[in-house]
Amino acid sequence: MAAITLIEAVNMAISHEMGVDKEVVVFGEDVGINGGVFRATDGLQEKYGEERVIDTPLAEAMIAGVAIGMAAQGMKPIAEIQFMGFIFPAADHIISHCARMRNRTRGRLTLPMVIRAPFGGGIHAPENHSESTEAIFAHIPGLKVVIPSNPSRAYGLMLAAIRDPDPVIFLEPKRVYRIEKHEIEDNGEDYPLGMCFVDREGTDITLVSWGAMLHETKQAAEKLADMGISAEVIDVATVSPLDIDTILESVEKTGRICIVQEAPKAGALGSEIAAEVAEKSLMSLLAPIGRVSGYDIVIPYYRLEKQYMPKVEYIIDEVKRLVEYK
Amino acid sequence: MTTVARFEVNYLQYMDEKGRFISNDVPPAFARDLDTLKQLYRDMNLIRVMDQKAYALQRTGKMGTYPAATGQEAIGVGFGSAMTKEDVLVPYYRGQASMVQHGIKIEEVLLYWGGYEAGCDYQDARQDFPIAVPIATQSLHACGVAKAMQMRGEKRCVFTEIGEGGTSQGDFYEAINVAGIWNLGVVFIINNNQWAISVPSKIQTNCETYAQKAIGAGIECIQVDGNDIVAVKAASEKAAEKARNGGGPTVIECISLRLCDHTTADDATRYRPEGELDDGWTKEPILRLRKYLESKNVWGKKEEDTMLEELAQQVQTAVDNYLNTPTDPSEAMFDYLYAELPERTLAQRELAILRGSKPRGAK
Repeated sequence: MAAITLIEAVNMAISHEMGVDKEVVVFGEDVGINGGVFRATDGLQEKYGEERVIDTPLAEAMIAGVAIGMAAQGMKPIAEIQFMGFIFPAADHIISHCARMRNRTRGRLTLPMVIRAPFGGGIHAPENHSESTEAIFAHIPGLKVVIPSNPSRAYGLMLAAIRDPDPVIFLEPKRVYRIEKHEIEDNGEDYPLGMCFVDREGTDITLVSWGAMLHETKQAAEKLADMGISAEVIDVATVSPLDIDTILESVEKTGRICIVQEAPKAGALGSEIAAEVAEKSLMSLLAPIGRVSGYDIVIPYYRLEKQYMPKVEYIIDEVKRLVEYK
Repeated sequence: MTTVARFEVNYLQYMDEKGRFISNDVPPAFARDLDTLKQLYRDMNLIRVMDQKAYALQRTGKMGTYPAATGQEAIGVGFGSAMTKEDVLVPYYRGQASMVQHGIKIEEVLLYWGGYEAGCDYQDARQDFPIAVPIATQSLHACGVAKAMQMRGEKRCVFTEIGEGGTSQGDFYEAINVAGIWNLGVVFIINNNQWAISVPSKIQTNCETYAQKAIGAGIECIQVDGNDIVAVKAASEKAAEKARNGGGPTVIECISLRLCDHTTADDATRYRPEGELDDGWTKEPILRLRKYLESKNVWGKKEEDTMLEELAQQVQTAVDNYLNTPTDPSEAMFDYLYAELPERTLAQRELAILRGSKPRGAK
């Protein structure tokens, strides 16, 4: 059993499912001989052939639209959008069709498909390569939006996404594609969608995050422990549909919550979590709800990227403010 | 400088507006069978009667917005009749002629425009797509369906219809492009009714034909007289046969004229030039086929009256079924969102049931 990175885990999960399910096909720009610009589909064409690992013309709306047609015929397409910044030509298909097909046909046509896209900042990429726009899709009923934070979750959640009978937007935090390795057995065991993971138990505050930012959040929790503050850490993992119950349960235990997200602050997933906590667990709170997020700005070009990204010390500062709140 | 490629676009018409076979091309076999032509005549009339009835339903507050296809019946009936039951239809919003021709029930069309999702749960045409309201998106879905058929080695094909205005959308170009590259079994029908709501062709394209857009995608195209059902059906049958047998896609531009408003919410007198309708009614598809049948002494007033009475009855039965369909309970809004409803939405479903069970101001 080899230790593998998040991107290798994505690859392993896709490869596993292609091996057991003939209806699973992969397509997108550069996914074939090139194995994807991040190598998510490396070696798959060699293994499963050009018939099932298909290089497409350069047209994102086409990629999403064709996936819909194939899925309606019962195939299980995994479509890659090379960067989430390029997903918007496909948004009409994702939002206006993908999310609605089961509902509008009363279950006659369903779309068991996955749209993968690397997202988020921090890798010195060109413009339109660094945004965190998960909330746009999390807002759309009928979609599931999944964000793995580590290799094991990437493997288990990708398997679940492929097997799910409904469309899943699978957003991969590219900053942590290769930041850590997990030993993963390629046993085909999936993780449940729609459930948070409690990564660390604590009693003083609940830290909620997802994707790449979970790494800063966990580091903050480590340092907070040294300062005598016990933080519970929750990885949301499926940002839609949101498993709010796990978060509320934790808040009711700790009495405090700080939400950590890379996305801009306004109208984001953190806003929704904060609103739910305020609606349902207000009386359990010992301090205001805290949020550490990106700014409400266009994410800067890479010269200023570091100044945009939330950091471990910002989380620590905010947690200290909340714990000391009287 | 040398010429590296040369292209041409052919036009197909068998029957002129006076109902005479004028083409130098030998008419297809079906066109020599009067029973087939009588059936096509009846099928076109069915759509016209249905559209009239749908309009009346909307005008009397019994149905929502509806887009009639008056004058364009030969297109949908023509290509719809070239489809087998196994082929898949991916329609556009004004697609009722091909939809009914391919086995979608009249009452399902009425249910859809009458605000019932159940109208897209086609009882017979189980694989056909529901109408795509966002313009041109259906072209790409058709390519996906055809890709699945190709991967499974099935001898079926996909028909998808689009208005001439819709061909301005990127999705149409992306679709014909990928259909060409992957050699997909899709027949793209361009329903050129000359109007995209109020926008005429001269501000929709600089092309001489819409068919020629296919040339940019490297696929075969043809332009046909969309008021000549023989031409529409013949071109569609040929394209379908090719598509089912691995020969790839075809674009068929069918030229017709929208003899009605864009929808019940439109008033075409605001933009339609004077005289266009008068001229259009002399060229429309039903009249010319009737003239032909009359010239062959197989049609007259008696047959016409009997047919119209039967069609009115057929449509009325569908209308009754539509009008007698109860409105779904509130929870129906929730029940097909996902295979399994998430907990949070489940709670909202319960709330909607509670609210729905005691409507405010209910008698």
